[in-house]
Amino acid sequence: MSKFLALLLLTAVPAAAAESDVTLKAAPGHDLVETNCQVCHSLDYIPMNSPFLPQKTWDAEVHKMIKAYGAPIDEKDAQAIIDYLSKNYGG
Amino acid sequence: MLSRRDVLKSTAGAALGAPMLVRGALGAVPGLRADLPAGLGDVAVLEALPGKRPLLKLSYRPPNYETPKAYLDAPITPNDAFFVRYHLAGLPEKAALETWRLKLGGPGAEGERELTLDQLKTEFEPVELTAICQCSGNRRGLAAPHVPGVQWGDGAMGAARWKGARLKDVLTRLGIKKEAVELVMSGADAPVIEQTPKFVKSLPLWKALDENALIAYGMNGEPLPYYNGYPARIVIPGWTGTYWIKHVTELQLVTAPLDNFWMKTAYRLPQGKFPQIERFTGQENAQTMPITEMVVNSLITFPEDGQALPAGKPLEIRGLAWDGGYGITGVAVSADGGASWVPAVLGEDTGRFAFRRWSLTLPAPKAGKAMILVKATNRAGESQPDEPIVNPGGYHNNAVQRAAITLA
Repeated sequence: MSKFLALLLLTAVPAAAAESDVTLKAAPGHDLVETNCQVCHSLDYIPMNSPFLPQKTWDAEVHKMIKAYGAPIDEKDAQAIIDYLSKNYGG
Repeated sequence: MLSRRDVLKSTAGAALGAPMLVRGALGAVPGLRADLPAGLGDVAVLEALPGKRPLLKLSYRPPNYETPKAYLDAPITPNDAFFVRYHLAGLPEKAALETWRLKLGGPGAEGERELTLDQLKTEFEPVELTAICQCSGNRRGLAAPHVPGVQWGDGAMGAARWKGARLKDVLTRLGIKKEAVELVMSGADAPVIEQTPKFVKSLPLWKALDENALIAYGMNGEPLPYYNGYPARIVIPGWTGTYWIKHVTELQLVTAPLDNFWMKTAYRLPQGKFPQIERFTGQENAQTMPITEMVVNSLITFPEDGQALPAGKPLEIRGLAWDGGYGITGVAVSADGGASWVPAVLGEDTGRFAFRRWSLTLPAPKAGKAMILVKATNRAGESQPDEPIVNPGGYHNNAVQRAAITLA
């Protein structure tokens, strides 16, 4: 995790108690998803969008977050995130 | 059917959508339809934001909360039950909104100006009108096949009595250059990281100058709730919520079409698929067009899908119909799955941008299963398609409404 992200997580995400109740499936890639995705949004977006997105569409969603929304995620991490999402929340 | 009092008493876990319980796992979450994505059932809860009653939480951050259907069985939606929708999680500080100013200017304006809330209220004629605010993606969660996004059911909409200054009066007093083509609107909400494009939208100048377009500071006789855009928001009657900028802080007249993610990529429809009479041609291309006006639509507020009711007794079917402002001309109801249709009785016409209530009483329905279908028609001759019109954003879901009931 970059220093930039670490700082953001410490300062910009005072997660509400209720938000912290949202938990994702424990599987490889889980920590990477939590660290990156919840910088900008709560994790409930992921189960909400399941289980119907094929791997191709999770790929498009993650790259939309990077390209359109400017999420600072490198391609190696992006691939691991897509892998986690399509294996655990795909359809 | 639950009374308003039952709803008032409801908390997370109460039986808002009790008839749904027979419909499988999703029914365990109050107010959810069974044809929504199954994963939504794991995260949706009834929860109250500050100043709001318990609404159906779809996402915490940014907050996206929909209005339970029980509140939509009325022509006006209460402020504290009105749906909440944000794109980006940088919500404005409440204290900062107390020193709110509206900045006016831009290359298409004759000058620049800043207005205080008091000036907005006193220097311009106050106008009141009833209008529906509906998210472009209302019922996205019912798209078949499902598409990514906030998985709304029926409740990303509401109707309110809005009070404010006409955009036209404010812009005319500022001075509009003949080169002006669009009005660019932005609010006090912001992205979390600076790389994310701020939610900024534009309107074609002709629509900004529509006599019904407002900078609203009143909602149902009260100030706007924080989560609905306090202290002032844009109101564009007939057009979907994407143009109704909340916490509006800046209005700029510009001489070239706005080029950003929210105009060029988001909120677009495939060309030729939807009946959009009022179009935003300056932002269209050969393949896609911006979503603009709401399409003709309806909602069954009673009975609920899956509900069991007594046979042999009069059964009132009722609900709402609406469109982009042309006016509802009729609502057809079928109680036999579409084999025969009967016109419903239309309720009072409270304005062309308001919900039109309708009802129909079946004298003595026979025992057994019945499929109720509802289809509205408007003055532009448009009606509801049998199935949602497929599009990548899952917008404009105005499919014929259905409720399967059991009479015993």
